[in-house]
Amino acid sequence: MNRWLPFEWVTAVRFLREGRLQTIFIIGGIAIGVAVIVFMSAMLAGLQANFIKRVLTSQPQIQLLRPDQVARPLRNGPGEIEDAVVQRPSQRVISIDQWPKIRSQMLAMPEITAVSPTIAGSVLAVRGDSSRAVTLTGVEPDTYFNIVRVPDYIVAGQARLTSDDIVIGIELARILGATVGDKLNIQAASGAIRVLTIAGLVDFGNKGTNQRATFVALRTGQSLLGMIGGVTTIDMTVKDIYAAEEIAKRIEAANPVEADSWIATNAQFFTAVRAQETSNTLIRLFVGLSVAFGIAAVLVVSVIQRSKDIGILRAMGTSRGQILRVFLLQGGLLGFVGSLVGAAMGAAALIYWHSIARQADGSELFPLILERRLFILTALLATVTGLLAAMAPAVRAARLDPVVAIRG
Amino acid sequence: MASELLRLEKVCKSYNVGLPTETEVLHDVDLRLDHGEFLALMGPSGSGKSTLLNIVGLLDRPTSGRLLIKGEDTSALGDAAITHLRGHTIGFVFQYHLLISAFTARENVMMPMLVDRRFPSAEIETRAQQLLAQVGLEKFANNLANNMSGGQQQRVAVARALAMNPDLVLADEPTGNLDTKSADAVFELMRQVNREAGTSFLLVTHNMELARRCDRIIEVVDGRIHA
Ligand SMILES: Nc1ncnc2c1ncn2[C@@H]1O[C@H](COP(=O)(O)OP(=O)(O)OP(=O)(O)O)[C@@H](O)[C@H]1O
Ligand SMILES: [Mg+2]
Repeated sequence: MNRWLPFEWVTAVRFLREGRLQTIFIIGGIAIGVAVIVFMSAMLAGLQANFIKRVLTSQPQIQLLRPDQVARPLRNGPGEIEDAVVQRPSQRVISIDQWPKIRSQMLAMPEITAVSPTIAGSVLAVRGDSSRAVTLTGVEPDTYFNIVRVPDYIVAGQARLTSDDIVIGIELARILGATVGDKLNIQAASGAIRVLTIAGLVDFGNKGTNQRATFVALRTGQSLLGMIGGVTTIDMTVKDIYAAEEIAKRIEAANPVEADSWIATNAQFFTAVRAQETSNTLIRLFVGLSVAFGIAAVLVVSVIQRSKDIGILRAMGTSRGQILRVFLLQGGLLGFVGSLVGAAMGAAALIYWHSIARQADGSELFPLILERRLFILTALLATVTGLLAAMAPAVRAARLDPVVAIRG
Repeated sequence: MASELLRLEKVCKSYNVGLPTETEVLHDVDLRLDHGEFLALMGPSGSGKSTLLNIVGLLDRPTSGRLLIKGEDTSALGDAAITHLRGHTIGFVFQYHLLISAFTARENVMMPMLVDRRFPSAEIETRAQQLLAQVGLEKFANNLANNMSGGQQQRVAVARALAMNPDLVLADEPTGNLDTKSADAVFELMRQVNREAGTSFLLVTHNMELARRCDRIIEVVDGRIHA
């Protein structure tokens, strides 16, 4: 008998050990429930982290644009509209007004970590007989690569952008039949034409982007798009990625620009995450409930089986409170041990799944995130669930009339 | 003159009180038991012996009448106080389900002390071992309860009943399930404890031969005492 365990613990542990098969089965049941929760939570967290990492290294966290050009209806008097149907004007490529001033203001904001002016517009990429409309992005590599990590996505060549270089998406290269070192003819709507050398190929893991994306030096872009000295967007990163939307709102209020945060741009993703979290919570709740019912069922049976033992214990001076605690403890112990086994099972499944599940390009599907917090929380929750589930059986055991129990 | 350990005054016990099946099982029972007395309780089946024993053992309460233990009226005591008094004053030996099967012989003997002190200790363990030696079972200390014969189990139960040094041991047909030889051994053990430690015994038995070897025989017939 362990010297450090009080009466209630000694008895609870012995009762569980003696009812070996029941104990093993219910611990198995709890463990499976816990394993499902651990596996699911960790994998979702991993997938989210992966997605966010991808978004944040392939998109600016905040992008400043020139505000929409709005057509103003003609009005005769206040509130009176002459022409009800107002056609939206086509959005020409126009520079942001006074962008160097805005840039220096942005650089002065402590919550912003990188600022890079860029110019973007549609051009035609031509090589031999094939041509393709693409998005030309003129960037300052030094600052821009801190925001969109083009070098991280290079699959051939390098992310070099001198005035005659161009970096293009891997799909575009395939369509045009071009590769690193080949010349590419870029034709703008203005009629400007430049011959650029392919310095590198990028793969952003998205077919549409890989078909459209091209990067050139800012000055090259400006001259091709006919906007010397102008920029169409200012791209930025922030310290706290989850504050991006709030910062964007503030910038918009203080400057004549439109500010889009990555949170607004990826609203769909956040909707999906929220939906997933809701279903995750529901699954947790129902797994928890079925675990609780399982524990309660096992303990109810155990109270009946042990009624004579309870009677004898009461006869030798055991109080109702002590009997109550013996059975509460059994519930708590079942929950705790079950959660330990379940957490180990969940972690093992996670490690295995992580090793075999690959993305199309062979990289890991999700990063392996085994947070200690998740395990501690799960164990705590399972223990509390066990204690709560044991409540009814324990009260029943404590109320047992010793006379009836012994005679039974 | 011997000092009084407990006294029953006009004790009545009814089962199913308030129901159509209400029946009075004990009628105005008066009984006095002294320190060091070894009493046999006899009577036909269904006469109310176990009921009487449960009341004396503080497992059940009389419907009316009083039970005084060492002069103290127990009817005013709450459940916690009753439980405490029971644990410290009375030891039980039952006919069936003698021991707790999840524990070894020694642990069964330790249980009443563990319940009282909460934590196991070398002292408790030593005392349990001594008690087992007293009933001649020190070699079986580590046997699980179920791995012993009925007679051995009953001797362990006697050792357990003595663990808290009770004033009174209540034994409800402790030898009813045993062969003559084992029954005799268990009885002699109790008689010896009674002689040496002065522990009082109230023994329910159908065995006339054993009853004759007690200090006094009390007969219960239809819920009344015939001394
Ligand atoms: N919980 C109960 N509810 C209703 N009636 C009961 C209850 N317990 C005992 N009785 C009744 O009370 C009467 C006395 O029972 P008790 O067990 O005290 O008899 P006994 O003398 O111990 O008999 P035996 O020698 O068979 O053990 C019996 O008629 C029994 O049916
Ligand atoms: Mg009886």
